[in-house]
Amino acid sequence: MTNVILAALALAILGLVLGMLIGYTAKRFAVQTDPRIEAITELLPGANCGGCGYAGCADYARAMVEDGVSPAGCAVVSEENFQKISQALGQDSGKRERKVAVVYCSGDNGHARRVALYNGLNDCRAAAVLSGGGKGCRFGCIGLGSCARSCQFGAIELRNGLAVVHPEICKGCGKCTEVCPRKLIRLVSAETKAHVYCNSLDKGPAKRKNCTAGCLACRKCVKAAPDIFNAQGFLVRAREGAEISDELIASINCPTGALQSVADHLRSGKGKEGAA
Amino acid sequence: MPSNEWLTITVGAILVNNIVLSRILGICPFLGVSKKIKTALGMGGAVIFVMGIASLTTACLYRWLLSVKLDFRIGSFAVQNLDMGFTRILVFIVVIAALVQIVEILLQKFSPALYGALGIYLPLITTNCAVLGAAQLNAESGRGILQSTVYGICSGMGFALALILFASLRERLELSRIPKAFQGTSIALITAGILALAFMGFSGLVK
Repeated sequence: MTNVILAALALAILGLVLGMLIGYTAKRFAVQTDPRIEAITELLPGANCGGCGYAGCADYARAMVEDGVSPAGCAVVSEENFQKISQALGQDSGKRERKVAVVYCSGDNGHARRVALYNGLNDCRAAAVLSGGGKGCRFGCIGLGSCARSCQFGAIELRNGLAVVHPEICKGCGKCTEVCPRKLIRLVSAETKAHVYCNSLDKGPAKRKNCTAGCLACRKCVKAAPDIFNAQGFLVRAREGAEISDELIASINCPTGALQSVADHLRSGKGKEGAA
Repeated sequence: MPSNEWLTITVGAILVNNIVLSRILGICPFLGVSKKIKTALGMGGAVIFVMGIASLTTACLYRWLLSVKLDFRIGSFAVQNLDMGFTRILVFIVVIAALVQIVEILLQKFSPALYGALGIYLPLITTNCAVLGAAQLNAESGRGILQSTVYGICSGMGFALALILFASLRERLELSRIPKAFQGTSIALITAGILALAFMGFSGLVK
């Protein structure tokens, strides 16, 4: 019995001594850090998405305080926290524009022509190096979902062989734009309500051969609203941030359906079998 | 001392009785930190470091406090032939945990570069069973202090080797088409099992 009591006593003393030792070392050898770094790390989203280009939220907070980097590099942080961070840093950073990623392609399995059965690594970048995947279009979405896997927020859905960004989830960190080997994902103002969902620079007939949903550059939309749509070669782009009403889209009635409102684009592939 | 004893300790700890793949200790960091080779390298370095110093301290403790009969008296209260050996696991784990905490603070102060490389991994292995296991195995087999330290470092190297091999396998697995039922941890566990089988080939290399 004495053994047990002695052991309990010895361990209690050991714990006490070691605890005091840790406490002493922590005080004696404490490293002075700017308290703002911790405060800002708390305010950042903590997803460590790396969209700002730093190793994580804590690293970005350190860079903000020590190197004077602007807090605007974090696209994810909420407006309220962004203002708090600006205050902590003593700067007035104004309001930011919310950006979301858009995949400029509508060539899902129902529209794009398959020219090959791709059976390699399940990764767009690997497919792009090899032969460009199974679809015929050299510019469109390969559909193997590298962007969806890179998204920290689960905002990209792979729908019937086409990556679709859900703008209400997207935080605009821009990670997918870097991953996509075709560079067809771009960050645009969240205010833009419609896009020409095509990225192909091929001539109309060549494009048509590979995909029934590509922009043929018929210029129907350009004629209807020349201040919004702009044809560059064989591809039309809607001006970023332009107000495009559903009536305008309906009146243009794009022959291939490349011009779509964001809401329609999200709806279009639903119900079909997903390829994810 | 026969010259091949060192060989037994080093080769035995790294390959034959690999702490992860043969003794099945430290599976948590083995599965948790093996998704990328870069983190596996950092973790491996931290484990070698911690196992080395933990083995040294626990071997000293065991040699002079836990494996001997203690005689002392406090006032009129006399204790004779007290054997504290049975508190071994408790003492080891408390001492290792405190030691790693203190080393972490000291590293941060005196060697920011090393802290940057190992820092985030150190708290993960404060009370890791592989570290405790190395200390425990040292005590069981009655190794001297120097041998214990070498064994600890070599066990850490064995852990790092297994972790880096496994991480490189998992990086390849990431890109392959895996049936849905096997995705994630299940294919990782199967891979770990096959890797352990491969390490069985080393058995009998040294006695």
